This record gives sequence, structure tokens and C-alpha cells, in this order.
Amino acid sequence: MSNINTKALASPLTWASTIELLESVKVDEIGVKERVASLSTRSIKRESKLQALNYIVSMCDLTTLEGEDTEGKVLQMTAKAMRPDPTDKEVPSAAAVCVYPSLVSTAKEIIGTSNVKVASVSSYFPSGQVPLESKLLDTKFAIDEGADEIDIVINRKAFFEGDYRKVFDEIVALKEACGNIHLKTILEVGELRTYENIKKASLIALAAGSDFIKTSTGKISNGSSKEACLVMAKAVYEFKESSGFSAGIKVAGGIRNSKDAIRYLIIIKEELGEDWLHADYFRFGASSLLDDVLKQIRKLKTNAYQSSYYFPRG
Amino acid sequence: MVKWEYSESIESDSIVSIQDKYGHFIDGKFSTPNSKNYLKTVSPSTEEVLASISIGNKKDVDKAVNAAKEGFKRWSKTTPSERAKYLYKLARLIQERSREFAVLESMDGGKPIKESRDFDLPQVASNFFYFAGWADKLDISWGAKEMKPYGVVGQIIPWNFPLLMLAWKVAPALATGNTVVLKPAETTPLTALLFAELCEEVGLPKGVFNLVTGDGTTGAELVNHEGISKIAFTGSTSVGKYIQNAVGERDIGLTLELGGKAANIVYNDAALDQAVEGVVNGIFFNQGHVCCAGSRLLLQEDIHDEFINKLEKRMQTLRVGNPLDKNTDIGAINSKEQLDKITSLVNEGVNDGGELFQIECELPSSGYWYRPSLFTNVQPSYNIAREEIFGPVLTTLTFRTPEEAVEIANNTEYGLSAGIWTEKGSKILWTADRLDAGVIWANTFNKFDPSSPFGGYKESGFGREGGRHGLLSYLKVRS
Repeated sequence: MSNINTKALASPLTWASTIELLESVKVDEIGVKERVASLSTRSIKRESKLQALNYIVSMCDLTTLEGEDTEGKVLQMTAKAMRPDPTDKEVPSAAAVCVYPSLVSTAKEIIGTSNVKVASVSSYFPSGQVPLESKLLDTKFAIDEGADEIDIVINRKAFFEGDYRKVFDEIVALKEACGNIHLKTILEVGELRTYENIKKASLIALAAGSDFIKTSTGKISNGSSKEACLVMAKAVYEFKESSGFSAGIKVAGGIRNSKDAIRYLIIIKEELGEDWLHADYFRFGASSLLDDVLKQIRKLKTNAYQSSYYFPRG
Repeated sequence: MVKWEYSESIESDSIVSIQDKYGHFIDGKFSTPNSKNYLKTVSPSTEEVLASISIGNKKDVDKAVNAAKEGFKRWSKTTPSERAKYLYKLARLIQERSREFAVLESMDGGKPIKESRDFDLPQVASNFFYFAGWADKLDISWGAKEMKPYGVVGQIIPWNFPLLMLAWKVAPALATGNTVVLKPAETTPLTALLFAELCEEVGLPKGVFNLVTGDGTTGAELVNHEGISKIAFTGSTSVGKYIQNAVGERDIGLTLELGGKAANIVYNDAALDQAVEGVVNGIFFNQGHVCCAGSRLLLQEDIHDEFINKLEKRMQTLRVGNPLDKNTDIGAINSKEQLDKITSLVNEGVNDGGELFQIECELPSSGYWYRPSLFTNVQPSYNIAREEIFGPVLTTLTFRTPEEAVEIANNTEYGLSAGIWTEKGSKILWTADRLDAGVIWANTFNKFDPSSPFGGYKESGFGREGGRHGLLSYLKVRS
């Protein structure tokens, strides 16, 4: 898991070919729920569980996105991302830390030669309710500060007003601003609500050149869901079939325990295949998930379920 | 690249205790058979012998029918709410011991534990609960002046859903005041024998439920016994025809639930990804050993290639193997005989010119296994498009218009079930209206509920099981 962000970058399609992708979007809600329920009965034990837990650590974007964030808090968290469990060298580092633009340089400072990436939210996360010019400024600032990855939000105002072209154009413009920086596009599935909306938004974001599509900002009560992840995986597959590009998925918002996270991994494995089980293709955005995973790893290895104070604060 | 394989996650079989040898359950207790002949029931996933089962003869059947006759005198006079009480007790006990039943079902029949645990057993319990509820409400079920039970009912059940088919038959028969002589399938008698133990445990009055194990000869004795007032049979169409002939000259009730070759129609305006799931569930559920399986995939021609691509990709993720592994999707074929039948029909399909896709997977070295299979390039005249294969083999046909879809769907001697996939509601209704099938699903498949009557048209049989209509299979109505 050492080499992250080595895969080729996405490039936007034309609007005309994007429209074609959107034409046939049909999703049956009950079918989606049944498939997720069925995959949730998979029983992951022993070696396969340990392997899954290590994957989850290596795919984790350790996140803090609060008004109260300070340099001190971000330094703590970044140090934790670099060495999640100082007592166990087999535990990999997290994939990235995810912070606001003003704290990017702080995280970069401590990261040194570590493989951990610094991701910054931008485009006026979480609402995105500003003109494109402001979103571009926000993004350029984060990049200038040294961000390796940029997490933007789609324009839900435009989406619900039916202006898919505007949603697309804004992402294209932000992608251009990103250059060779990896772009993750947040759909905010809890606002989009229907699976057809989620699939449409996924395809628009993919066609506009997103390297990843991401479920949620984590700032609303209904964040990620396994159903949304499944629909996004279908979109990623369809997009690969038509364009040849393999995009990644980031699930974020309310994923707090190992069991839940493993269920996401199962969806990705069975829907997209083994190739997606890598931080270049799948990420978890979370703040409290990591500690639960570390506890589970130690439990598997030592048979002792230890308290939080055995693990460093992040 | 390191792959993420699921470690084995085996449901322990230590919960079940299987005897070496079983007798029949007659007059409220297990008894030594008159017949000296036994057959061995094997686990189809290991070929290991699980137990010896008596092949009940004429005298065994005689004894059981006589016990049921005596039992009927008392049971038909039992108050309806009292009958309900026993059925509720059975339902609760089945729930309590559902893990034991599920493991035994998977061992004896080969179906994946996730299906016996999450489908069969919950359905079994809910059927007993459902018909327990009807027992004291028969007067309002059809508004008839008077309704009488038949008397002694002979019930012959198949090997694909052994305990569930028992529940479909025994629960309504007992709720309506009949008594029962049941013959389970020769390859899957163990859960029925365990059910008999439960009847003893709840103190079900003597002679109300009787069980005679055996093979086809035992079934024939039951069908031809003069003490029987009604036969309920689920199984193959050929045996169904034999039974109908055999009872033709007698005053006897009959319901038959037989084969099927259901069309699963996918229109080009369907939600294709979910339709793929539904088609997979429609044919590969329970290794395709399902009479209402969606075994003929009818695809609108313009989505054929896209759909087949998605379907093959999805099929490749099916996990074939040990039925007791919680991650197994496809278990063992029920018997050597069935495996041979599937193999020979598939070979015939290939020789006819069908294009065969089978998934790549390792099959266990012992036991009976068949790879999930898909035929394309099939003409309606091929045998694989006409005969019930009763295995994990899907046959694809194409159509151009809704009219043509209906025509092909109905172009079969069977009429048990059908599926329709489209996001357009009006098209669902238009199509369903024209399909000759007893059960039609739209944008889903293989959904069951005790309150919904199940049964076929044409050579798929007659009579209904489940729901208010299911009561009529066990009642004589007078008004």
C-alpha cells in the first residue's frame, strides 16, 4: 500500500458524450436495497478479517473539518495518520489526512517523506453556495499550500434546478485548476436522496474528470450509505466500460465501526473487483473509524479488546 | 497483487444429532417399520451417508392411514382455537430450533446455509403462524354456510424445499381440521423426521400428523390407498400426471403443484443492473432447484449484448461450494440423478447449437456440483428452451416487441410463474394481464408470503397453496 496516487489522472469528456451517459439512468430502489442486504450477510472471519482491517487503515482519510480546528489539532491527527499504532509496525499508515485549506501547510510540515497525503476540502465546502470564481480561488489556495488531493462539492443548487450543464462545467473548471492534483468530488448523497439522482450525479462528476467520487461532506445527518456506495460503484463500472477510466470511490459520513467499513469493502470487491481494493481506488473518510479498526486488529492478534487509552489520540 | 479471499466461515453441524436409522412416525410416536428395506440418505456436498431411511411398504402406509383416520375422528371435533394453539406452538418451536433445522436442511439437501437460515426457516415458521391464524376464522374465509375438512390427506413433497413444502402442506391441512400422512422426498427426509419429533414435543394429538418415509413405491401406496380423501402433491409433471390418472376413478380431492419453465422478461426500459440481480436470483436461487425458477430469460433484442455482459460478470462472482459455509451462494446439486439430468440436458443444448457460458470456479472433489451456466444463441425449438432443467442453467431468448415477448413467454406447456422487468408501470400491467402464469413478479423475483396464493396454470398444476385460497385446497365448501 505504499504508493498512493500513482495511477493515471482522469480527463473530462465532452458535454455531448456526458448527456449520452445520463440518458439511460434507471435505478430500482428495492433492488439496490436487496443487493446491499444480501452482501451484508457475508461473514468475514480470521485472516480475511485482519486483511480487511489493514486495508481499511491504509484507505483511511483521517479527517477533521471543524471551525475549532487549530494547528495543534491537525499536527496530532497527522502524526496519528503516519503511525496509527506505534506499538504494531505491521499496521500501515493511513492514506491521507483531510483538512480545511488554511491547515494544509501545517499538515504538510509534519508529513515529511511519509507516504501520507494531504487532502484539502475546497470549493466552499460543505455548501458550495458561492460563485465559481470563489471556488477556484479556494481551490488554488489549497493547492498553493501544498495539498496533494482536493475534495470539492458539487453544485447541488444547480443540480436540483436541473442545470446539469452547470454542475458539469464547474467540476471541469475545478479539475483544470487542479492540474495533476487528484480531484475527489463530493455528491452529498443525503441531499440527492434518490438513487437515480445519485447515479446521475456520479456520472456527471466522473465525466467532468473527477478522479474519485465521494458520498458525503459528513456535515449532514444522513451521510454515507452502503446503498449509495453500491449505486456509485455501478456508475464507476459503467464509466469504465464507456471511457476506459477507472475512477475511485470515497465513502465518508457516519462510518464509525469496523464491521460497517468491512461491509463497504465487500460491496467494492464484489461489484468492482480486487483491483479496487487499494487506496488509489477506494477511501474511507472518517474521524472515529480508525480507532475502532485499531482495536479490532489488536483483538485479532492478542485476543484482548483494549481501551481507547492504549491508542494515541489523533 | 494480494487478493482478498474470504476465509471459510462454517456453520457448525454439532447442533444436529442424526440417528443411524429412522422408523416412521405413526399415531404420535416413532415405530419400527414393517418394511425391511432401507435407503441411505446422503449429503450431496460430501456423498457421506447421513442415515438409513425405511422404504415404507403397503402395511406401513396402511398403519399410518388408519392412525390418521382415528386421529381425524378426534381432530375434526377439536375446537378451532385449540387446533390453532398447536399450530402456534409448532411455529414457535420451529423458530426456537431454526438453526438446527437450517443446518440439517443444508446437510441433507445441499442448499447454502444462508438460504436455509434466511429464507427456508423464516418462511416455514411464518406459514405455521399464518395458518394458525385461520384455524378459528374459517367461517369468514369464504362466507360459505358450512365447510368441512376432507378427512385423511395424503401429502407428497419434493426435495428442493423439504421443510418449507412440508409447512405449505401440513399447516393449512391441520388448521382446517384434516389429518395428514406425509411422505417426504427420498433424498431429503431428515427435516421432516425432526419435525415429527416436534409434534411429539408439543403433544399434538395422536394420529393427526403421520410420516412415512420411502421412495416412489411408498408414494404410490399412499396415492392408491382407499382411506385417503385427498392428495396434495408437489413435484414433477410426470408423477403429477400419474397421480391424476390413479385417482381419476375415485371420490378424492387433488391438488398438484408441478413443473415450470418461467419466462423472466426484461424490457429495454428496465433498471438493468437490478434486473441482472433479479435474473440471477431467479435462476440460481437454490441451485435452480425451484419449480417457479425464471429459467427462460427473455431479453429485448436491443439490450441483449449489454445485458449478457453484465450478467456474465455478475455470475462470475457467485461463490460455489460447501453449503455450510456462510459465504456460499450456490450449494450442491441435490442428487447424482439430478446432476446427470442437468448434464445431459446441457450437452443436448450445446449439440443443438446453443452457446454455453459457465463460470470459472473450483468445485469440491467429492459431492455433486454444477457450475452456474448461461445459454445464449438459443432457438425456442431447442429442448433447453422447453424442458424444465431444474438446475443452475439459464436459457436466453430474444424478442422485439411486447406482443412477441408475451407470445414466447406463453409458448410452453407450463404456466407456474413469470417475471417482468420495466420501469414503466403501464407496461407491467399490460404484460401481466396477458401472461398465462399463476404467479407473476414485477421488478423482483422469487418473493413469497404465506398470505399470497401460489400455484400454476396448464401443466404446472392446479389448486393454490397459501393465502385464503390455500384453505380451499383442504376444505369442502357447502352453501
